[in-house]
Amino acid sequence: MSTTTTPRPKAAATTSAPAWQRVASRLDWRRDIIYVGFVVVFVVFAVLLGDQGFLSTTNLLNILRQTAIITIIAVGMTFVIACAEIDLSVGSIAGLTSITAAMAIAAFGLVPGIIAGLAIGVVVGAVNGSLVAFLRIPSFLVTLAMLGIAAGVAQWVTASAPQPILDRTFNTVFGSGNIGRLPGLVIWSGVVVAIGAVVLKKAKFGRQVLATGANRTAAEYSGINTRAIKFRVMMISAMAASLAGLLYAGRLQSGRFQWGAGDELSAIAAVILGGTALAGGRGSVVGTLFGALLMGLINNGLILAGLDSSQQQVIRGVIIILAVALARNK
Amino acid sequence: MPTDAPLAVRMDGITKAFHGVTVLEDVHLDIRPGEVHALAGGNGAGKSTLMKILQGVYQRDAGVVEVFGRPLDATTIEGARAAGIGMVFQEFSLISTLTVAQNIFLDVEPTRAGLIDDKAMRSRAAELLARIDVAIDPAAEVGDLPTAQWQLTEIAKALGQDARVLIMDEPTASLAKHEVEALFELVGRLKEQGIAIIYISHRMDEVYRIADRITILRNGKNLITAGLDEITPQEIVAGIAGRELSDAESPAPARGGATGPVILDVADLHAAGVEGATFQVRAGEVVGIAGLMGSGRTELARALFGISRITRGTVMKDGSRVRLDSPADAINAGIALIPEDRRLQGLVLDHSVRENLTLPLLDGLRRRGLVAKDMVRDRSDRLIEQFSIAVARPDAPARLLSGGNQQKIVIAKWLGTEPEVLVMDEPTAGVDVGTKTEIVRIVRELAQTGKGIIVISSEYPELIAMCDRFLIMRNGRVVETIGAERVASEVELELAVQGLAA
Repeated sequence: MSTTTTPRPKAAATTSAPAWQRVASRLDWRRDIIYVGFVVVFVVFAVLLGDQGFLSTTNLLNILRQTAIITIIAVGMTFVIACAEIDLSVGSIAGLTSITAAMAIAAFGLVPGIIAGLAIGVVVGAVNGSLVAFLRIPSFLVTLAMLGIAAGVAQWVTASAPQPILDRTFNTVFGSGNIGRLPGLVIWSGVVVAIGAVVLKKAKFGRQVLATGANRTAAEYSGINTRAIKFRVMMISAMAASLAGLLYAGRLQSGRFQWGAGDELSAIAAVILGGTALAGGRGSVVGTLFGALLMGLINNGLILAGLDSSQQQVIRGVIIILAVALARNK
Repeated sequence: MPTDAPLAVRMDGITKAFHGVTVLEDVHLDIRPGEVHALAGGNGAGKSTLMKILQGVYQRDAGVVEVFGRPLDATTIEGARAAGIGMVFQEFSLISTLTVAQNIFLDVEPTRAGLIDDKAMRSRAAELLARIDVAIDPAAEVGDLPTAQWQLTEIAKALGQDARVLIMDEPTASLAKHEVEALFELVGRLKEQGIAIIYISHRMDEVYRIADRITILRNGKNLITAGLDEITPQEIVAGIAGRELSDAESPAPARGGATGPVILDVADLHAAGVEGATFQVRAGEVVGIAGLMGSGRTELARALFGISRITRGTVMKDGSRVRLDSPADAINAGIALIPEDRRLQGLVLDHSVRENLTLPLLDGLRRRGLVAKDMVRDRSDRLIEQFSIAVARPDAPARLLSGGNQQKIVIAKWLGTEPEVLVMDEPTAGVDVGTKTEIVRIVRELAQTGKGIIVISSEYPELIAMCDRFLIMRNGRVVETIGAERVASEVELELAVQGLAA
């Protein structure tokens, strides 16, 4: 008797569950926490900092502009991390690209300058990729070494001096120009995010990256050339970093070895916040975009709230740990 | 067979050697379309090498392979796959973070305008799953599915690539009973569709249930190919297990039952993969646990050593109940485990022989809180001598030693803790004949000093040579206990494991 009556109240409870519970049950917590977090932080800042101009168009565009370059680096990083590798050399690649482009523009003109800058990405990406894919050296070590090498070369050849860029076309196209009120940087990052998102989610290559990252052996048995995949993700990351270097150069109208220094950590944080698994196999470029935006949002809000940079660092660190910890379990 | 239809697979004169050691010699194998063909043989008989040649993983040294009448000269997995060879892997080859549909079409995704057409992929996967009558949601993420569905997904994946020959290697090892039924029904449907299945299994009941013919390999050569209506289980078991006794072994001397006190009393033990194990071990007794893969042997060892949680039942040691929540508890209770995979679980390969030998003993080798080098040296020298480990430099990394010597280090390491109960999981796997004999001798000697020893092994000659009693495990339970005096040969032991009367 009792066994037939007990399930009843339970069933009644599920059918009458409030709407928010049904929405919550459809959310994949691990994947979607970034969007929830973004909305929560945005609303909190809008309420608390509305008077300080947080919601003004200028401020919101500022946030977009300030996160644009990190977003581009982080899109490349998403592929690398989804493939269960890491790239610590991206910041240095950006710096080395900026000085190379600046010096080449001064010596040979606009187009050779752009080509020379991007060539840095090709060369460093090919070296990173070969060492990781063919010699099977852990990417952490390869790119940690490359971080030092690229930064060192950039500082060495310029003797630490900034290299001014006087070519106005370059500066306008890469970072300093606007289209209407929309900063050119934001357009660059929008294009990169769109391409990255489609490739990771919809192209065969993206599927191969995820498969290789989740289970290399299984991917190989499915006919995927996992070495080529590993090589190409390292290449993509270096190329994205190289583009970021050109944008630094254009926005700051100079090349300098410090441009991009430390960006690898911000980019990795954005990727992980965005729901890409550090162990590989799961990744989202749109998530990465929101990860970068969330960090930009927090920086901006904390500045408006009048916190100094040391306090900002502490709070940023706490938020990252919180977000990643929350995303671990359902 | 009076038919013009070509064979699904014809392998003839296959020969393969690794580093000068011949593992396959002039082997032939014929598989008819729509046939389930069992492939059997003991460890090292050459089954997996033969299958890897068919899959294009290994290159044959000589011989021909034809698939549906066409010569297969594929030297790659892709080439064999294109010819219609599909493999259902024992170690699953699925990507856990992708969906069922994405896995089925991994690397052969349908595209539209250059981009993956996920919608078409899902509906094609659903069609495929419906065709083989398997109820799995193609949009489900594989990592969220139970293992049985992984396997069905794996089969669907092979079929999605137009496999007409499926190789299944011990497919039921990790399945529960009703899941096995579902798999067999699927195999039946595949047969009707003309798909040939090569079925590797050690389980006679399964082989008789679904296979049409069987080929038995022994020592890299064909022993027999027969229809299952022409051969008895006893003949098959004799064919698999009845290899020549290694010259180092002589049949077990008749041993009287050990009369020491009961030191380990296990009652109705439940843990992951173990569903009720009851047995006793006496001081001075060697108890062998025999069972097929997936029968719960290794799982029992893990539970006794506190690695997997005991969910029900009791373990009594010297008459008092012990808690086994961690390996540390087990060591304190006087239980030691010599694990199955010595390279992974038994040794720190890059550490020196001395460091490995004294790792579980460090507590007793300290002076003023720090590890005392001279005590480590003395202790390890004693162990090296006691177990006659052939080691030129005790300070050299353990990885440089032979498999046999590594195994002796693992045994010595645990005996250093002076356990009263020693659980050994596959102690003679992958060691040379000489070391096997020595391990058998060491085990017997340890028993004589009053220790209780549990040996899990799928190498029956060694098991017979060292044990006083055998526990037969099946489906996580101890189903039978047999005294050594009742087991005269490996064949008899194998029959007991298979649940067949001699």
